[in-house]
Amino acid sequence: MLDDFLTRAALAGVGVALAAAPLGCFIVWRRMAYFGDATAHAAMLGVALSLTLSTPIFGGVLVVSLLMAILVSTLSGRGYAMDTLLGVMAHSALAFGLVAVSFQSSIRLDLMAYLFGDILAVTPTDLGIIWGGCALVIALVAYRWQSLLLATLNPDLAHASGVSPVREQLVLTISLAIVVAVAIKVVGVLLIAAMLIIPAAAARPFSRTPEAMAAIAAFIGCGGSLAGLRLSYHLDTPSGPTIVCFIATLFLVSMAVSRGFIHKPRHIN
Amino acid sequence: MLVSTQGLSVRLGGHRVLHHVDMSVARGEIVTIVGPNGSGKSTLLRTLIGAVKPSTGSVQRADGLTIGYVPQRLFIDDTLPMTVARFLSLPDRKRCKKVAVALEQAGVEGLDKRQVMDLSGGQFQRVLLARALLNSPDLLLLDEATQGLDQRGSAAFYRQIEQVRQTLNCGVLLISHELHVVMRATDRVICLNGHVCCHGTPETVTSTPEYQSLFGLDDSDAFATYPHPSNAGPGLESVN
Repeated sequence: MLDDFLTRAALAGVGVALAAAPLGCFIVWRRMAYFGDATAHAAMLGVALSLTLSTPIFGGVLVVSLLMAILVSTLSGRGYAMDTLLGVMAHSALAFGLVAVSFQSSIRLDLMAYLFGDILAVTPTDLGIIWGGCALVIALVAYRWQSLLLATLNPDLAHASGVSPVREQLVLTISLAIVVAVAIKVVGVLLIAAMLIIPAAAARPFSRTPEAMAAIAAFIGCGGSLAGLRLSYHLDTPSGPTIVCFIATLFLVSMAVSRGFIHKPRHIN
Repeated sequence: MLVSTQGLSVRLGGHRVLHHVDMSVARGEIVTIVGPNGSGKSTLLRTLIGAVKPSTGSVQRADGLTIGYVPQRLFIDDTLPMTVARFLSLPDRKRCKKVAVALEQAGVEGLDKRQVMDLSGGQFQRVLLARALLNSPDLLLLDEATQGLDQRGSAAFYRQIEQVRQTLNCGVLLISHELHVVMRATDRVICLNGHVCCHGTPETVTSTPEYQSLFGLDDSDAFATYPHPSNAGPGLESVN
């Protein structure tokens, strides 16, 4: 079954969508959309380093994403606004990464694959890494779920209940770095943030509890990955961007439908 | 002793907010912190829960202390969907029935399916109290918990605190600006203005010059906190 590249692509897309859904919800709730973006951009530097040192791409990306995320977490609140810091670090990391890659004359052609991903080139080994990483992230987020929610809701309430907001932030940061590292091959640096945020944003109008929002986001992400993949096959378009386009369309539909549905009961009240 | 501080000083952004504060709360007592705006009342509470690190001095908490905390202001981002029942199940899951009872006790029954951000200020304040009480706290920390409540709601609130103190035998530390109401409901008063100006029973504190200069009360206001003389007059003594 894994011999078919389309099957592998579908499984890779579903794996990433499942892990990205709950994580994307936290990114939306904590208003750190830029954070996902910055971590993803820094991943480019990781790709360059791995190619220079001939180490597995996954490892290099993971290390650089983690460093970036931890650096931003530590520096924020020390005189710079978060968005300024992220803007500086994300784009400089991407620029340094691109320059570093250009020194490797032999691999210049592969650059597009890391910027936009190449889900159709996923190997069985890649699939193992993707599902392993995603399963780890899902397990971690599920295990810390209640504490993560409380820390997201209000840091002081978390402190009072013996939950450390700093530790929970670290759990999210590490999870984010893992998802970026495994998803880079599927959707690429430029579209990872979209995979994280758009399904969660589309799920918001239909959710009454945090769990419902994560579940609906996972459903939208998986459905979008499969449908986008199929569409790209028929239209002969690049797969990663097609998936994101499809999910973005779902977001527009969700907005239109929720305006119709949610505003009506308020009028009756 | 549930919680105590020794020589506690806190600096926030280079500014000295608390200076050499010694205080404590024991099981079963209600302690009120009064003080003008910016006197470090909320910072003291936030230091007690561990959200603010002391620059010098220390905070001692009893082993396994469960804290119920009602903050002064709580902003819930509307990107986060959250029903009242779900909110009450944080950080520990609660049975629906327990949630319903807690809401009823707080005077907001039937709100469990409502979204938290759709509540009015007063309703939300009561939901926060219900959540704090659900975990059977040893220590209840209330930061101006009655703001946003109407007068009747505020009176009911203090009655519930008194009741909770009796059933749970917990310590209560509260911040309030409603001096007249609070002075009747509290065992001890700590008057804070960066440091502890004075402390003791409501009667002793209100008669100190520090308290009177801080709150700028004229005589009639200050005396209003005392029991009216006729209540404890000679007529009463003869009955005894």
